[in-house]
Amino acid sequence: MPVYSEKVMEHFMNPHNVGEIENADGIGEVGNPVCGDMMTFYIKVDDNRLSDVKFQTFGCGAAIAVSSIVSEMAKGKTLEEARKITPALVAEELEGLPKNKYHCSNLGAQALNKAIDDYLKKLGKEAKTRRRKKDEGA
Amino acid sequence: MKRAYLDNAATTPILPEVVEAMLPYLRDAYGNPQSLHQWGDEARETIEEARGQVAALIGAQTEEIIFTASGSEANNFAIKGLAQAQQSKGKHIVISAIEHFSVLHSARTLEKWGFEVTEVPVGRHGLVDADEVAKRIREDTILVSIMHANGEVGTIEPIAEIAKATKKTGTLLHTDAVAAAGTIPVDVKELGVDALSLAANQFYGPNGVGALWLKKGTRIIPFVDGGVQEGGRRAGTENVPAIVGMGKAAELAQHDMSSRMTRLSRLRDRLIQGLSSTIDHTILTGHPTQRLPGNASFCIQFIEGEAMLMLLSSKGVAASSGSACTSRALKSSHVLAAMGIPPEIAQGSLLFSFGLENTEGEVDYVLEVLPPIVDRLRQMSPLYAKFLKQQRGGR
Repeated sequence: MPVYSEKVMEHFMNPHNVGEIENADGIGEVGNPVCGDMMTFYIKVDDNRLSDVKFQTFGCGAAIAVSSIVSEMAKGKTLEEARKITPALVAEELEGLPKNKYHCSNLGAQALNKAIDDYLKKLGKEAKTRRRKKDEGA
Repeated sequence: MKRAYLDNAATTPILPEVVEAMLPYLRDAYGNPQSLHQWGDEARETIEEARGQVAALIGAQTEEIIFTASGSEANNFAIKGLAQAQQSKGKHIVISAIEHFSVLHSARTLEKWGFEVTEVPVGRHGLVDADEVAKRIREDTILVSIMHANGEVGTIEPIAEIAKATKKTGTLLHTDAVAAAGTIPVDVKELGVDALSLAANQFYGPNGVGALWLKKGTRIIPFVDGGVQEGGRRAGTENVPAIVGMGKAAELAQHDMSSRMTRLSRLRDRLIQGLSSTIDHTILTGHPTQRLPGNASFCIQFIEGEAMLMLLSSKGVAASSGSACTSRALKSSHVLAAMGIPPEIAQGSLLFSFGLENTEGEVDYVLEVLPPIVDRLRQMSPLYAKFLKQQRGGR
């Protein structure tokens, strides 16, 4: 087994925010089971802030710990602040990751970003639909 | 906390009798076997006795045993040394797709040296078909190397059948018997092979010692130059205590083989049966019957091996996995891939390998702690969530 920091072990043994958000505002899925890890992040957004973040992860101890810490780091942040969660910050927050597990911290940051992208895309669409409905009604 | 070591495929614990046999050679009997005095004489006689014990385990003659520092070294020695010694006759070798890395990577090295390597595929249970080997033997094939048993999935290969094919063409046959020798009956004459590798740490001997059996009269290029040890084929002052330990372990293995096999198979079958009935979406990997007595290997779907190992370890259980995440290179097991197991399923690889110290109580302990671990990881897994949704949708 790789040598993990205490923080990684803590988050692996007791991961925070595991699960799915029903009717999430944004969903981000990265990785695939073939390459080893897969993460899905769900976000709820209120007033441009991440009011809730949950995840599901298929992968190793590091992947699970990364998902947990990213969800913790992101919760309560504005979208712009959440965008600034980089793989390096994630690794730092976990008190380091073994070299061959760095890609897990990339996946965590990517999944969160993708969920935000998804939210913004939906928002854009909704805005368009609202406009269209208004036009039609007029 | 309860503890259960179920990773005997990695290395077995050393038996107390073996330790006792080794101790004098770590203390007072420190002589160099090549020295021409009493200290040397004693050490020399001792390693010759151990050579006899190892030879007896595999039905060989004493002088045919070459001690090495590991099973991996024996495999490197066999593949590189035999190929180089035969290269005037041809430069083609045949191996199976599920060989240990010490064979596989030695073959890769030979490719760099201008040899050509053909891999024989295996069936879904990891069996090598003797006809498939025969088909790949060409006029310039100088060496065939097929493992006796696969330590990862437990499948025992039909070496005697394969030997019939290599005898017809007069091609040398090496078998990596590291996972088999000392565990199941291995007799070089019955197998009909020309070279065979074994390692002490697979049958309750110490780590760091192995042997290559080479049929009398078979030419090989020395592995380590610079000394007369091991018939001039593997130089270096002999590791006397380790060799003594291997000899003692071989003697015990030969004596107790059938009772050990009965004991280990019982533990294996208890776990296979118990696990298959308590955890759904679990696949037994390897051959259902033609398998090593202590090997219970599975793929548990929708979750990953390293996470399982970590949670098992927190419960005191030692096991292993062929998942990508557990390997340094982040590549999942080539053995499972060769057997046609899709990568996402191979990620859930979990191997329990039993040894003499294990008990039925330990099997039951695994059956108690593993299902909640699997549940917990599945509850976290997006793959499992998708699977459940699909199932619901299908209804």
